[in-house]
Amino acid sequence: MAIEIRLEKFEGPLDLLLHLIKTNEMDIYDIPMVEITEQYLAVIDRMKQLNLDIAGEFLLMAATLIHIKSRLLLPVADEPGEEEEEADPRAELVRRLLEYQRYKEVARVLEDSSQLDRDVFVRHFSLPEYLGETDEEGDTVGIYQLTAAFHQLLKEASREVYHEVVREPLSVADHIQLVLGRLRESPRLAFRDVFPQRPARAELVVTFLALLELVKMRMIHLVQAERYGMIWLSLAVPADQRDVPALEEDSFGYG
Amino acid sequence: MATAELKRILESLFFAAEAPLSLDRLSVLVERSKADLRPVVTELIETFDQAGYGFYLAEVAGGYQFRTRQDYAPWVRKLSKERPFRFSPAALETLAMVAYRQPVTRSEVEYLRGVDSGGVMKTLLEKGLIRILGKKDVPGRPLMYGTSRKFLEFFGLRDLNDLPTLKEFSALDPGLEMDDWAEAADLLPASPDQHDESTESL
Repeated sequence: MAIEIRLEKFEGPLDLLLHLIKTNEMDIYDIPMVEITEQYLAVIDRMKQLNLDIAGEFLLMAATLIHIKSRLLLPVADEPGEEEEEADPRAELVRRLLEYQRYKEVARVLEDSSQLDRDVFVRHFSLPEYLGETDEEGDTVGIYQLTAAFHQLLKEASREVYHEVVREPLSVADHIQLVLGRLRESPRLAFRDVFPQRPARAELVVTFLALLELVKMRMIHLVQAERYGMIWLSLAVPADQRDVPALEEDSFGYG
Repeated sequence: MATAELKRILESLFFAAEAPLSLDRLSVLVERSKADLRPVVTELIETFDQAGYGFYLAEVAGGYQFRTRQDYAPWVRKLSKERPFRFSPAALETLAMVAYRQPVTRSEVEYLRGVDSGGVMKTLLEKGLIRILGKKDVPGRPLMYGTSRKFLEFFGLRDLNDLPTLKEFSALDPGLEMDDWAEAADLLPASPDQHDESTESL
């Protein structure tokens, strides 16, 4: 049978296999391995002829198909006590195909749904970065955005070459107190303003660690008004609990 | 305050809000109980539905928000110079898997899709449609992903239960088994974990 397939439209080997099974009207629970393997390899061959880069996944599936085919040829060893093997070597493949098909179906439903900014629209605002007192309006800052913001800082920090090496004792505990002190002066701080103006990289790191510790101790909130917007710090505890009683540097384990 | 007045207050809030407003938030804003507000919101939804406006009050991402009707999308699109973002089939497939299987690791998604999904997942992460939920307690401590609130807003879903129920395909033709529905929870167990082990040893 001639195969008329537009190769580029396949998302992967499972997609391609599903297509072959459907167009050949094969029974998914009784896939004729010889035929499907032949057709699958023919498609791969055509990819080669067209000089398409064949993704490793397609080759891996080819190997899997050939492996299953060969196992079907072997006599079934039905000695009791042997390790329990799946009765049909095709079972796992069938399970994967059916599962994959389900998600393909959901993907279609998502594609057809009323997508924001394509089918339905909402009003957009250009609000100031921070929305005043309403804490809930800001999205909670995830670790991904936090690290992205920190990376930006690190990138900007100069990589100065020091000729004289002076070991400056930087303590996370001290920096925690420092950040808390700053927050005592102003209730909200921009992420960027927490860090010193021309900092050494080590100081950036220690300040960042102090920040993370404060979040962990639930002493401060990190919020931002919009994704990739400015990150703001505010105290999460009432005024009378702002003092962290005697932090031991060792207790953080940064050594 | 009278219901009619309350209705107008809520209406003005929905009009002025940037994101969907939840009952919780409304309750704080207007200082009324959620039980008081719920019927009023429902009434508002009906009002806008029947009045035949170009927009409606949509229930999305655990809140309520005015949205333009899909029929008028071609006109509204002209407002923006940007072309609407188009999801690739790969992105939608991946989103579907993350949505149903969360928390899910990248290698689990890759096993389900049969292809490398690192690039797609990074894009989805950057667009804020999926987020990192934590690390899985297996060797290598891989990151676990889930969908975000933005995902719900983007596809107009109330919550995750609003996703279409996964069809139990007992045959390949999707048209054949329309009545056969299965719970998302029934899906294929264990096999992605086997895959985890095999990648570990590679």
